[in-house]
Amino acid sequence: MKAAELIQALSDAGRTPKQTILRSIQESGKRPVGCFPIYLPEEIIYAAGLLPVGLWGGKTSMTEVDRYIQGFCCSIMRADMELALRGAYNFLEAIVIPTYCDSMKSLLANWGIAVKTPKTLAYIIPQNRYSSGSLDFILYQNEALRTSLSEITGRPITEADLEDAFQLYEQYRAAMRRFVAMVNDYPVSLNPVNRHLVMKAAWFMDKKVYTEKLNTLMDALLKEPKETETGPRVIPTGLMVEPVKLLEAFRENHFVFVEDDLAQESRQFRTPSRTTGTVMEKLAYRLMDLRGDTFFYEENKSRGSRLIEAVKQHKADGVVVCMYKFCDPEEFDYPIYKKELEEAHVPILYLEIDPQMDSVEQLRTRIQSFAEMLNK
Amino acid sequence: MEKQSSKQMLNDILKRHYEDAQKAKAEGRPVVWSTSIAPQELLEAMDLTVVYPENHAAAIGARKDAPRFIENAESEGYSADICSYARVNMGYANIKHSDAADIPMPDLLFCCSNICYTAIKWYENLSKQLNVPLIMIDCPYNYSYSVTPAAVAYIKAQLLDAIGKLEEFTGRKMDWDRLREVMRISNETAMWWKKATDLAMAKPAPVSGFDLFNYMATIVCVRGKQEGTELFKRWYEELEERKAKGLGPWDNAEEKYRILWDGIACWPYLATTYKILKKNGINMVTSTYPESWTLLYELSDLAGMAKAYGSIYASLSMEYANDRIVTRARNFQIDGALFHSNRSCKGMDFKQYEFQRQLESELGIPSTIFDGDQTDPSVFSEAQYETRVQALVEMMEERKQREAMK
Ligand code: SF4
Repeated sequence: MKAAELIQALSDAGRTPKQTILRSIQESGKRPVGCFPIYLPEEIIYAAGLLPVGLWGGKTSMTEVDRYIQGFCCSIMRADMELALRGAYNFLEAIVIPTYCDSMKSLLANWGIAVKTPKTLAYIIPQNRYSSGSLDFILYQNEALRTSLSEITGRPITEADLEDAFQLYEQYRAAMRRFVAMVNDYPVSLNPVNRHLVMKAAWFMDKKVYTEKLNTLMDALLKEPKETETGPRVIPTGLMVEPVKLLEAFRENHFVFVEDDLAQESRQFRTPSRTTGTVMEKLAYRLMDLRGDTFFYEENKSRGSRLIEAVKQHKADGVVVCMYKFCDPEEFDYPIYKKELEEAHVPILYLEIDPQMDSVEQLRTRIQSFAEMLNK
Repeated sequence: MEKQSSKQMLNDILKRHYEDAQKAKAEGRPVVWSTSIAPQELLEAMDLTVVYPENHAAAIGARKDAPRFIENAESEGYSADICSYARVNMGYANIKHSDAADIPMPDLLFCCSNICYTAIKWYENLSKQLNVPLIMIDCPYNYSYSVTPAAVAYIKAQLLDAIGKLEEFTGRKMDWDRLREVMRISNETAMWWKKATDLAMAKPAPVSGFDLFNYMATIVCVRGKQEGTELFKRWYEELEERKAKGLGPWDNAEEKYRILWDGIACWPYLATTYKILKKNGINMVTSTYPESWTLLYELSDLAGMAKAYGSIYASLSMEYANDRIVTRARNFQIDGALFHSNRSCKGMDFKQYEFQRQLESELGIPSTIFDGDQTDPSVFSEAQYETRVQALVEMMEERKQREAMK
């Protein structure tokens, strides 16, 4: 198959989460487990013989959730709760919910009494990753998750299962990193829309199948001549970039996402894993070693300097801030890295995003003006 | 010599609290900024001078001086949607003066995440912006009725880390006897705090609940000091005396309805919110979160302390939070509840609808919710508040009549 077709196929998979999940269930014969944003040790779920799938909200009307949570909560959390209350997640075997911010903690509290199916598993994260007690705390959470999942499947998760899952995820992460880098040589094929949708598909597919497909795609693309694009070369930073309409506005203006600092994308896989220790330890260190991320406390927060470094490395024209409304951690980070970027003369495009918005016209205009300002 | 009233003591203590901090700074001694329910025992035992930005922001809010700090923070890029204590404090870190009170800039930051994760981001930013070290003690959420052993171990490890860091910071060793003494004092203060606030269970309550808000500022800043113990003991005695005489909250009005207030005070409209209640004969006899300072624990080791700090209701399951509010409603014999949907504090807000349902279904207690903010004056509407309070009065009256028929 030609690269374009492969890209199309994975983009389609990323565009239609529910269908993709159902197809993955059918093809793999595995039962699905929903994974809340932001970071979870999916490997443990995979090792249990279950299919981890991402739950990143989505556009929906909100009625049920209003009985639990006020409107000034991030709409990803609200959408997920709404969908659960309406029974849209009943086909899942379980849902794993972590505790990255106050909204998520409150959501989890409500969820515990409001949502009876599917089974809810909490994954409690430590915000302090520098303490002598941090590792043990994560290991405890990992083991608790392992036990709960074994109860669901009725079979233990062995060390070998974990090792296999971890190796597979290492391959998956390597493929993702390679893909992100390839955008620089194929910025037209991997325009912001395709780039996002291809990566998004990973959330809804068996990682083994996905990784194979992604590698095939990249191999096919490599055979084609390199491409050039005329628009601004930027690094998006934030939780994620959606809806697709918004990405289309970037594509229309010929933007290239030379790298990303998004929780839904590179922050998932950019940290190299440690090479020693048990799988559970390596999984714990994946969380502990993640730097420049909003959702964990970080001593002498490095997000700004990392962004500046990435801008230099890729000769990027600017940084696009994708600010999800009511995302406290992201909102707190912004003034700090904004100042650092300004001092380093890095142009910033600030977009306030509500995934529930009907029209992206205003944002489209801002994107266009930003491109014009950069003379692109 | 006549005994000082607790009100006088309170005013003196707060005045001295701010003066001492300025003095420390002037004399070159380090000043610590700390969150409000942090293990201050460690700082006190190290003889460090501590101020509390949340208290300070509340004071600024009560003076209606918050907007210029908020504007300053927002001009730096802080979103209008984040906690306004943080916005006020970030603005203060630039402006450095308010007529309400001044605090010296910090040499050390001390953050405990048991109140919220917002505080982590807030202090992380302060640390970065002011280039000041930060000691962070994380109390994780528990998806359970009580704090898990894993969480206790994790918090305890952090307390030990904190001690090490404080030793490094001060260049002095921790005096463990002194620490034990501070822990003892802190427990005693907390006990008197509880005893005093529990006196409002009496009918009529010998105290106007809004006093709770005023005294809360002091439980935050003198919990580990002898003068704290004395203050709350004195307050307790005064209230006990009123209770013995059968006195209610006010000399010129009767306590007709007793309510629970959920959420932080609406500081810029403290007088307004209070007067509208009083006008309707409503006394706020209790509130959900002042109990968070009833930190009582075994003195023998740090695990007890870790457990106490890790167990405040924000960190526990909804079942726990529900039982707690229902028990409180029962013990204080409330007729209704008033929920402050405080735009600043998502952690508290996002449990309110469920609390309302619980009070209704378990005890048939009516409640209402109003919009406001702890310091940003732009959110609250007096008209809305008054209408909601009216509605609450009607519901409480109906309930009273229903009960009387039984
Ligand atoms: S008001 Fe709420 S969000 Fe703000 S510091 Fe206090 S607990 Fe945290």
